[in-house]
Order: sequence, then C-alpha cells, then structure tokens
Amino acid sequence: MLTSFDIRLLNRVQKNFPVCHDPFALIADELAQPKQKVIERLAELKKEGFIRRLGGVLNHKKVGESSLAALKVPSQKLTQVSDMVSQFEEVNHNYLREHEYNLWFVVTAANQEKLEQVLSEIEATSKCALLVLPMLKDYYIDLAFEL
Amino acid sequence: MIDAYQQKQILNRLSKGLPLCEHPYAELAIDYGVDEAEIINFLKRSLANHTLKRIGAVVNHHKLGYSSNAMVVWNVPDNRVDDIGELLGSQSKVTLCYQRPRKLPDWPYNLFTMIHGKCRQQVLDYLELIVTQNNLQQFQPQALFSTKQYKQTGASYYG
Repeated sequence: MLTSFDIRLLNRVQKNFPVCHDPFALIADELAQPKQKVIERLAELKKEGFIRRLGGVLNHKKVGESSLAALKVPSQKLTQVSDMVSQFEEVNHNYLREHEYNLWFVVTAANQEKLEQVLSEIEATSKCALLVLPMLKDYYIDLAFEL
Repeated sequence: MIDAYQQKQILNRLSKGLPLCEHPYAELAIDYGVDEAEIINFLKRSLANHTLKRIGAVVNHHKLGYSSNAMVVWNVPDNRVDDIGELLGSQSKVTLCYQRPRKLPDWPYNLFTMIHGKCRQQVLDYLELIVTQNNLQQFQPQALFSTKQYKQTGASYYG
C-alpha cells in the first residue's frame, strides 16, 4: 500500500534526479524527510516493483539507432515468436497489442547496419509480415508520469 | 579523464540503474576508476547535449494501478502533421507523441501517441475527450491496447 509520502517521493524522483555528491540529501530537504528514510524507501519501492530502476534514460537518436517495429503473428505462433523476439538483447520493449499487427517491439542498436540486421533476422525467423516504423519527429516526450 | 569507451560504458550502466546508496555517483566513479567530479561533469554535459533525456526513476505503471495503456495512432495529412502532433503532444494525458512513416497499404497511420489509464474505460474516456474537444474525428484514431508485456528494459548500446 502506497502512502502519501510514497506518491510524493515517486513524483519527485522521476525527473531531475540531482547530479551531485549527495543527491538524496537534496531530495530529502525538498520533501522535509530524513535522507536515510528517502534512500530506504526508494530501495523498498524498487524491491517491490513500483520502480523499475532509478537511472538514466538515453536519447536513442544521439547514442545509437532505434526503431519501433510490429509483426503480424498468427495466434498459434505467438508464444514462439514473442520469445524469439525478446531474446535479442537489442530488443528492449516487446508488447502484445490488439491489432492484426499484434507484436510490437523496439529495437535499439549501435548503428543503422546492426539495427537492420536484427530486424531482418527477426523477419526471416518469424516468417511474419513486418512493419518498421522509425521515429521521424518527436513532438513531445515526458516520460515522467504524474501519480 | 573519461575516454570515449568509458563514456559509453557509463551511459549503459546508468541506463540499467544507479546504485541506491548514499553517494551513487561516487560508487560509479570507483567502478570506472575515475573521479566522482569527472562523472558528475560528464553526466551534466550529457544532459545538456541531450544524450541523456533525463535521470530519474522509471516507474512500473501497471504496478502503480495504471494497468491499461493504449498506443493511439492517427492518420493525419502530411501538411497538418506538425500542427496536430504538437496539439496532441500538449494534452496532459498523452505521454508520448511521435511521427512515424506510413506503410501502405497495411499501415496508413503516421502519428503515434501513448495514453495510460487505470482501466480500459478510463483510457477510452481520455481519448474521447481529446477527440471531441479538438475536433479530431477526421484523423481516424485507433486505440491499440496492450494486452501482454513480454519484455521491458532500459535501452543500451553495444559496439
């Protein structure tokens, strides 16, 4: 069960995590709570799965190449194909969605050549129709989620 | 001095998560054999030049009760895609808004948004509100609800 302190903590730590010697002291000051309580509670929220990680979100465009892609997978092959896709370390999201193109995933690689190689391998192995949908323009992204 | 190879390693490590200890950047500095101040300066530069979008917690929407999410796609004429993209990107319930290529004939949609909600109906209600308030019916919004998550990790870079 989340407390009101948890909600405030989660809202605070999603963005602008301080980059300094004592980041948790700044957050503790802002929330008027002891630093040790902030660190311990964050560790618990991570352990309990409310926080996936406290870290950096890389800009794909700057550090490598990435693309959203979708496969049209017949339902009887879904488990097999989704497992195959997830096994690529270059795949970092892989979701089932309600559409005839039902398996949606994001591939990220060091360069365009490697990206295309992974996508071709997925297409060939799955024998399913593939859509490759790289980002052309970003109108807004705010990955922080107000609770 | 942090060389290019170490920079990549540090960013990859950061994308997997900072240690939850009193001085997380000092811990990274020890692991890479550099000064904490160098790490801190490098990360500040990476934020300033947008190599890093942000540093912070990535939450599990599902676990927090926002168990429904839809990728809502739109078919917008090319000459209006910037206007509509910015309009959708400014809606408070839209957490992402990208232009992507159409792939005709299977895929006519060129604008992609993400909407999270506590249940399917809440997502549909948000969408309905956005569509009617802004008169967007003509752009054929399609909500692709996520029904299963197979994998969700931080992106990292290889080579």
